[in-house]
Amino acid sequence: MQIEEYKPLIVAFCCNWCSYAGADLAGNNRLAYPADVKIIRVPCSCRVNPMFILRAFQRGADGVIICGCHPGDCHYTSGNYFTRRRMAMLFSMLDFLGIERERTRVEWVSAAEGAKFAATMNDFAETVAALGENKRLEDLRCKK
Amino acid sequence: MRKCSLNKMDAVFAEIAKAGDLYLPACGHDGKAVYTKWQEGVCWSDAVNTVRSPKDFFFPQMENLVEFKTAGKNIDIIDIRDEKADFVVFGVRPCDVKSFEVLDRVFLQEPVDSYYASRREHGTVVSVACTKPVETCFCTTFGIDAAGACGDVTVWKTETEVFWQANTEKGETLLAKLEALTEACDESAVEDQQEKTHAIMNKLPLKDLSTESFGGGKTNEFFNAPEWKELSEACLGCGTCTFVCPTCQCYDIKDFNTGNGVVRFRCWDSCMYSDFTKMAHGNPRLTQLERFRQRFMHKLVYYPENNDGLFSCVGCGRCLAKCPISMNIVKVMKKIGGKENE
Amino acid sequence: MQKISREQLIDKAVSLLSNNTVEAVLGWKKGEFDYDVTPALFTSADKLAAEFVWDDFCGANFSKYLVKHTKKAEGKILVFLKPCDTYSFNQLLTEHRFDRDKVYAVGIPCDGMVDIDKIKTLCGEGIVAVDCTGDTLRVNTLYDDEKAINKEDVLAERCLHCKSKKHVAYDELLGEDGEVLASNRFDEIEKLEAMTPDERFAFWQNELSRCIRCNACRDVCPACTCEKCVFANPDSGVENKAAANSFEEKMFHIIRAFHVAGRCTDCGECSRVCPQNIPLHLLNRKFIKDINTFYGEYQAGAEVGSRAPLVDYTTEDVEPGEVFDRGDQDA
Repeated sequence: MQIEEYKPLIVAFCCNWCSYAGADLAGNNRLAYPADVKIIRVPCSCRVNPMFILRAFQRGADGVIICGCHPGDCHYTSGNYFTRRRMAMLFSMLDFLGIERERTRVEWVSAAEGAKFAATMNDFAETVAALGENKRLEDLRCKK
Repeated sequence: MRKCSLNKMDAVFAEIAKAGDLYLPACGHDGKAVYTKWQEGVCWSDAVNTVRSPKDFFFPQMENLVEFKTAGKNIDIIDIRDEKADFVVFGVRPCDVKSFEVLDRVFLQEPVDSYYASRREHGTVVSVACTKPVETCFCTTFGIDAAGACGDVTVWKTETEVFWQANTEKGETLLAKLEALTEACDESAVEDQQEKTHAIMNKLPLKDLSTESFGGGKTNEFFNAPEWKELSEACLGCGTCTFVCPTCQCYDIKDFNTGNGVVRFRCWDSCMYSDFTKMAHGNPRLTQLERFRQRFMHKLVYYPENNDGLFSCVGCGRCLAKCPISMNIVKVMKKIGGKENE
Repeated sequence: MQKISREQLIDKAVSLLSNNTVEAVLGWKKGEFDYDVTPALFTSADKLAAEFVWDDFCGANFSKYLVKHTKKAEGKILVFLKPCDTYSFNQLLTEHRFDRDKVYAVGIPCDGMVDIDKIKTLCGEGIVAVDCTGDTLRVNTLYDDEKAINKEDVLAERCLHCKSKKHVAYDELLGEDGEVLASNRFDEIEKLEAMTPDERFAFWQNELSRCIRCNACRDVCPACTCEKCVFANPDSGVENKAAANSFEEKMFHIIRAFHVAGRCTDCGECSRVCPQNIPLHLLNRKFIKDINTFYGEYQAGAEVGSRAPLVDYTTEDVEPGEVFDRGDQDA
């Protein structure tokens, strides 16, 4: 019997204008990244409420990544600047509670950076895989 | 009546724990007593009461009732009730024992709440008579004897010894297991102890609080009392009083979507919350005054009306100690109950 | 002991009531015992004389009550504000939560409040009288003779780390104003930060597992003034009423602290009211410390109209991935 290899489940919140298009480009260019990265499209990275991130973990995510336009390039001028502050604070708080800091990440990916998107996802998936399953922010009811 | 020496208690606990889980108040890491599962090294706390009441053992804050799975158009209903194992709750104060009677009348009347009933059936309650009541105690108001016998087994503790008396069949079974560790004795030491406790009870600041003006049939008299406004003015609408209360029994049933099914669970609810008993048209009690009034009218008027005059407060004093703004049932009784309580 | 006396406050209140400057007085009301003081609205001199209290147990912060009371009031409400309360007062004004014209704020100096739980630990249960009019507290219990204890030993947690004795808002000041203090309030945060993630996780697991989800921390918080809290909204998907497991405990407390980050004045009410003695203020303080480190010193409520750090930005802000490195350097 073959033991199934552990593959982390990753939720990627991608902004509609840059990162989602970047993911698209990665696909068009046939760049490989793990199939366990589940993309959720949001109008802007600043649409991501801290609750979204926690609920992604609750529903079984092992890592959560937020991708948005590069600072200065936000479709709405300043959305990603707010994302940057909020996520810096949230990630620091998660770390304060003893939750592995490597499980969360913010990356800026433009519509032209298909290669960066794929590389980022590969790297993040690898990092999270090394950590193993998310145990500290899990909800056992969702794992049955 | 039987007795054993106080330093033998670890052996006694070990013996009881052989037959099933044993819970007792122990010192938690914040220094407050908390019901803890006994194992080697857990020490029985002397504190007069725990922050959380023992109602958790029979009516836990949150419990899963049933699960649903859907596949296409089929809904699978999965019964997740498991056979409960016997357990013993040791060290329950007489006020909290009385609270089980209040809960029983709610959950064990038809239709019987099977979740609660099976826990009650499997649980043995060992009460411990009070020796050091505190200023917030007012169990005498509700006719409870803090040094009296109640529960399945009653334990009286003196400086050096522990006295045991079985009150029910379940209690006899438990004491039979302790035969080797205890010896027969007469009741004189217990009577001394009781006398001491009664003497302190007579010094308590709330000893004269009376329920005389309350009870069934008083709805019209109190419902529109102008005093409610002043009493509820500062209420934050939090659920502290409800959740530390041993007799509060309201709950909500909710569904949790796990992503691959649904778990239906129930959890304690508080009449102080804005979404309590919320229906399609909203909350029937729009203001905090109405919610506040509901809580105390329920304890002092509605409940006794439906339960042969039994009040649904046992005077444990938890809400007196814990309310963030120090508003509590004693202040309500004194204000609403009129002159005789002032 | 408080330097300013109860009588001085009552005199002030009575004179403002009698010349019709204010229609009601928000103050502390006598309880059953010496320590269970309740916030109340007084409208007459008789009531004030009979029931008004001002002593070492008057910890409640009245700022949030103004939201409710100014809506109902025709005229002005007199509110007594301790230095730390004035920060909450300003923060609420910044957020336009009450009508400043309907408030007459009287700043009163505060010499620190005591924690009844600490007194009980020190003197034993069964406290029937606490006299805090002298330099030491004199405590009588059912079981012991009168005990004299030092106020420092039973000072409330938040008063041990008092950040300011200076009033940042008032219409009138009784007594003398103090200074902003060099509190060591971040010491405990640094201690936690120095732990390993496993130790921190264990610490918080231990603390948060006691939570009974009574929501007192939220309901008392002067920064939590949403008309409908996300945790009380059945349509939000997270309104769970009870913490089903350790995930929900963490989610509630992370989100609660996050929602007030940058607006929390560190008044410490959350920890004061917690029936399970969870040090909730540490979560808020961690946010304050991070904000100070990354976005510059900021004290919520120090002035009216300042922009809260989380609704502000600069183009040079730290990247979320860098907070750990930069934070460590600063520590």
